Amino acid sequence: MISSNSEIILSIEGLHASVEDQEILHGVNLLVREGEIHAIMGRNGSGKSTLSKVIAGHPSYKVLSGSIQFNGTNILDLAPEERARIGIFLGFQYPVEIPGVSNLEFLRVATNSRRKQLLKTELDTFEFEDLVKERLKIVEMDAAFLERSVNEGFSGGEKKRNEILQMALLEPVISILDETDSGLDIDALRIVASGINRLSQPNSATILITHYQRLLNEITPDFVHIMADGKIIKTGNKELAIDLEKSGYDFIDKNIKDKEMAK
Amino acid sequence: MKSSTISQEWLDSLPLTDGYLKNEQLKGREFLLTQGIPCKKDEAWRLSNFNKLDSFFSLPTTIDSEDLKSTFKFVSPEKDKNREKIIINSYKNPTFNINLPNGIEKLNNREIELNIGRIVKSANINNDISVSLNQASSSNLLALKVKRNFKQSLEIVIPSIEGKSISTRIFLLIEEGAKLDLLQVFLGNLNSAQNHLIEIKLESEAELNHGLISLGEEKKSSSICTLAVEQSKKSSYSLHSIHHGWDYARYEPRIIQSEGEASTIIKGLQVTKSKEQIATHSLIRFEGPNGKLDQLQKAVASEYSHCIFNGSIQVPQKAQKTEAAQLSRNLLLSKRARIDTKPELEIVADDVRCTHGATVSQLQDEELFYLLSRGIDNKHANSLLLKGYYDEVISQFPKSAGKWNFIEKLIQDIK
Repeated sequence: MISSNSEIILSIEGLHASVEDQEILHGVNLLVREGEIHAIMGRNGSGKSTLSKVIAGHPSYKVLSGSIQFNGTNILDLAPEERARIGIFLGFQYPVEIPGVSNLEFLRVATNSRRKQLLKTELDTFEFEDLVKERLKIVEMDAAFLERSVNEGFSGGEKKRNEILQMALLEPVISILDETDSGLDIDALRIVASGINRLSQPNSATILITHYQRLLNEITPDFVHIMADGKIIKTGNKELAIDLEKSGYDFIDKNIKDKEMAK
Repeated sequence: MKSSTISQEWLDSLPLTDGYLKNEQLKGREFLLTQGIPCKKDEAWRLSNFNKLDSFFSLPTTIDSEDLKSTFKFVSPEKDKNREKIIINSYKNPTFNINLPNGIEKLNNREIELNIGRIVKSANINNDISVSLNQASSSNLLALKVKRNFKQSLEIVIPSIEGKSISTRIFLLIEEGAKLDLLQVFLGNLNSAQNHLIEIKLESEAELNHGLISLGEEKKSSSICTLAVEQSKKSSYSLHSIHHGWDYARYEPRIIQSEGEASTIIKGLQVTKSKEQIATHSLIRFEGPNGKLDQLQKAVASEYSHCIFNGSIQVPQKAQKTEAAQLSRNLLLSKRARIDTKPELEIVADDVRCTHGATVSQLQDEELFYLLSRGIDNKHANSLLLKGYYDEVISQFPKSAGKWNFIEKLIQDIK
């Protein structure tokens, strides 16, 4: 159960960030506590994906001002691999295909980097195969995918399941899932959503970035945030997502106008 | 720019021979004397770093037993029962001290007379400096035929000798319907040069899976290799090569499908660092219809190095229904490194399917970020990406290639 006494995992304050000299985020504030599921919704170009990339430390994105704290520590000076190791996981909207790199080897190296951080013993190939076979069940993936190159020739749904498989192996503290639902048919959506639900822990948290409410039928968020023009302009509960689905994003424009009028 | 002449003294010092190679020597020496060291005006050599060619034409070629002691210091993987290994030392006639396995025989005099030099001629590379250098300096010949009943794989290792210029001449006849897995290994040495002329004839329905591992390893090591292959109808030839660690290397595969209707696969990788220069000049010609070619040439250039690829494909009128695909993919890892890649398709036949393409890129930032975002450190992520890049060429080497552990080297050496 979530209470305001739960530990804060992620705290973002006044975050301004740019890519290629264009400011995209204009002051994002977000607080995520243990056990919470947050949904961030908004139009294309509202800054949702940028926010996820900035949290993960993508080198093309520059933080202009503001702060991101993870478990009370400023992470802005950490390299992306360091952020991943301490438990920040980004599920990619478009998982990258890497020809020639075996999915199994990639998963093993990644899992061992995280395990090392957690002071757990690193797994050899045999031990890892046992672990990965067990985790494959969570996303109902065939072991044949392990033998292929990372994401190469995977369908949209298979790529997203591979992302959730990585989440299952890395056991992150916070997972930011960028449009994990896009391009999925109903069955794949259900599998992915059930995987995310199964992986939720009382001491971890999830941020779902999505366009549509349909993912939220499968995963119930504690908070729904609406982003527009690089800011979170409204925060509510699941009802907000339902309202949004009903009235479309036009109400955001109205909301912005009303705010301007009030000024 | 005028060619530098080759010293008469050096030419006179080349070991003489009798027999089949005697005429070749005369021809080669004559050509070198008039032609001189290649220069910018020679189209096929214009991108070469000419300073790096000196060693081939100036290092001593006489080899004594002391040289051999220092040469065989390298650790070569253990022999196994399914793989016959021949280590060529240019000191002795290579066929003297090998016990040939069942299914491989030496060519007899008549077969040698009939075959030697013929492929070089049909590949139209008679007046080529690489070939002439080998003709002028080779005094021994390894000429073998592989019979239909041969079941093992063959490994031919040629190490360079410190401070020397060596040359080897090989002829292989793969008889009708025979299958061979052949792994060739060239190893460099400090301040050394090696040049090779390899002729291979595949009779009809013969299959050759040919791997070539060419590793310079030591400072100032150089290599020139001409590989002339003639394929008869319904033969299949696949050639996988890596070149790495040479101060200078030039690799010239010339493949002729003499009647068409054969299949050729070529996958080449060259990886350069520091100030090295490695060049591949390939030529594939179809002399009949229904031939197939799948060619992939990859290069990785780092630091101040230079990779060159010149890929020629000739499809004359008689080669209708040829299907040929050539792709050159290149990774440029430093601002100071250089890659030159040039496809040259001459297509006269009108009913053919020929494609070609070339790309030059850097390691993909998005691929790198994906790996980093999973906690993999930068160095390891780069290694994984390089390994992935090499994989298309390396994964199809003959199985015994893995024992040479060259993949780690290809990754560690590249910064």
